[in-house]
Amino acid sequence: MADFRKTENWGVTGGNRSRILKQGGSAGFAVALIAFLLLSIWPEKATAIPAFARKTGMRCAACHEAWPKLTSVGQNYKDNGYQIGNERDSPVYQSPLYWAMAARATPQWHSELNSAEATNQAKSGVQPVKTQGFDISGMDLWMAGTISKDITFIILPSSDEYGNFHFESMWVRFDNLLKSRWLNVKAGRFELDHVVSEKRILTLSQVGGTYQTYHYLPQVDAKAFAATGVASGELGTSRTSFGLGDNQLGVEVMGHSKNDYTRASISVLTSSDGAVNLPTSKSYDTFMTASRAFDIGPLGLQRVGAFSYIGRAPTRYLTQTPGGGGTPVEIAGSGYGNKGFTRTGGFALLSVKKLDIVPVYTHATESAFVALGIPSNEALPAGVNSPVWNGRMVEFFYTQNLQFIVIARYEDIRNAQQIFSKSASDFGDLDAETIAFRWYPFTHSRAGLAIEPEYAKVHQMGVSAAGTNQTLRSAFIGLDFAF
Amino acid sequence: MRDSIRIWTCLSGLALGLASYSWAQDSHIGKLTGHIAAGKDDFARNCNGCHGVRGDGKGTFAQYLDPRPRDYTLGVFKCRSTPTGTLPTDEDLYNTMSRGIVTAAMPSWASLRPEIRADVIAYLKTFCPRFKTEKPGTPIGIPAETAVTIADIKAGAEVYRKMECARCHGAEGRGDGPDAPTLIDIKKRPIPPYDFTQTERFKCGTTNAELYRTLMTGMDGTPMPAYLGKLTPEEGWALVHFVRTLQTARKSPERKVLSATGTP
Repeated sequence: MADFRKTENWGVTGGNRSRILKQGGSAGFAVALIAFLLLSIWPEKATAIPAFARKTGMRCAACHEAWPKLTSVGQNYKDNGYQIGNERDSPVYQSPLYWAMAARATPQWHSELNSAEATNQAKSGVQPVKTQGFDISGMDLWMAGTISKDITFIILPSSDEYGNFHFESMWVRFDNLLKSRWLNVKAGRFELDHVVSEKRILTLSQVGGTYQTYHYLPQVDAKAFAATGVASGELGTSRTSFGLGDNQLGVEVMGHSKNDYTRASISVLTSSDGAVNLPTSKSYDTFMTASRAFDIGPLGLQRVGAFSYIGRAPTRYLTQTPGGGGTPVEIAGSGYGNKGFTRTGGFALLSVKKLDIVPVYTHATESAFVALGIPSNEALPAGVNSPVWNGRMVEFFYTQNLQFIVIARYEDIRNAQQIFSKSASDFGDLDAETIAFRWYPFTHSRAGLAIEPEYAKVHQMGVSAAGTNQTLRSAFIGLDFAF
Repeated sequence: MRDSIRIWTCLSGLALGLASYSWAQDSHIGKLTGHIAAGKDDFARNCNGCHGVRGDGKGTFAQYLDPRPRDYTLGVFKCRSTPTGTLPTDEDLYNTMSRGIVTAAMPSWASLRPEIRADVIAYLKTFCPRFKTEKPGTPIGIPAETAVTIADIKAGAEVYRKMECARCHGAEGRGDGPDAPTLIDIKKRPIPPYDFTQTERFKCGTTNAELYRTLMTGMDGTPMPAYLGKLTPEEGWALVHFVRTLQTARKSPERKVLSATGTP
């Protein structure tokens, strides 16, 4: 037991000099599981990193309203390069036993119904097909943290449910360059700087696990296409699979205010929709976004923002004939004759006490050359237009407490200009609804588990093989865990 | 009639008493008023992983932190504007929460809305009975800063010597004084003296005025004493300016004056 030379100076009782010297040295889950349908999900769709909680000691809930959805504190931590800013962010201050790694996966049960699946047995060519059963997701293996003070990294090998890995994310970020929060530079493969992040989506089913408005591409109306009389084998094949929710390759410059109320970024990206090994052309895309939060007294923090993606995709490639002869093949990376596409929109994060409302609007355009894969040196067939569409989404979150959140989402996408003038005006239009809740049995700083029942539906006009409307439905219950 | 007056008098007194108690339990930071009930959930979300559900610094992660999280039940706080031994003001607690504590695990919570921070302050005060029975101390005054001159810095060096600061902080402010290995805090845990050369900031603020205040109030619960009443304002400012020269990683007017004299 230590003794003290001066114990009156601890400031408790108002002592004077305070140097102190010492001498010497549920079982109910199974029932619930069977009650719901579920669907496989790519685990990289969400971002929750228990390694950060283990590093900082804070509960998951400090940074995640319901993981992986961020709180304002979590957004600030992320924007600071996953740093607290206490001069202890460098890994030299961590226990050597600390390892910046986390894994996430989602065992699940799900049921999928396609109202108009193309089959050989159906007289009309399509029929309802339903499948269901127990399943697994893929896995995220997060490695994330600081290499040194103000140098951050993420490596995210991610697998599908078959165990095929790819690098979902891999980047290094230099934070607070020139001692300014407004100069942070990130390079590698990363998610676009969305405040409304699809990677942090709380719904996981096959239908409800993505934001439709982030991935919609114009549909090719087979009947109208045939009426153009164009027979080239290339036509009708889109030259891009771009999605706003896809991770991209490039450099991002990002800045934010101290409390993160104001934030903005601009990225220069390889025009490959995140595909590695330079498979397309030498051109670059640009993404920019900015947002501002306002403290509206009793209503809380409200954020509004805008974004724009300006992309290009090649419509022609150099080709070569294989040694043994045969059909010429395109040379990867030799694309040229680029044509453009855009995604521009706005979003808001609104909150009223325990209710969060997140509206997103997107206006999208795409060159007909890109949409139909028409070489840029050819004339567009008569009746072919560059498609234009608008997407609207509103997502609701009701956070009952740290352990329970209800999610509801509605999306619609309306084509303002079809690729083919002869297509029905509502061809390809889409409506999507998702409802779910997540229950977190515990909330500590080591790991996370959420039990999530979910139902989702997407209804799209005229897109089945028979030209009829098509509805996809998912019912899902998953055990979403991260360690 | 007389009974009626008596009853109303009692009821009014009771109401005033309750209102007064409620006022004391709330937090008041400028125009903000924080409420205990509202702060409970936010404390659970953001704070109790380290500070514990009872505010006793025994959160699930506390055992892995060095320094350990603050034990609010003691009512002893490092960063105050009030004299040593007294309770801090609500604004002191709010500022600490907003600023975070450099070299400790306590982050800045500036990204939380001011109302939420005020609510959390109201709630954390409930952990310590002192906040129910005592009022915060009166914030000390901070006199006008003296000019930074080489004579002033030399005077500060003399104060540093006279007050034996080097016994803990070391001659060069590296926190390696001869007494450094022996220091403990109020919980009898080893506590290293601050290394001035390591960072540009201090635990209780970044400005010269905040450093002056810290020197005068001391850091309760640690061996850092309070110099209020022991140093004159001129000596206090001289010490501030000298300590600034020990921050070798920071460009400051003090270091500029020092380097102009050819001193490294």
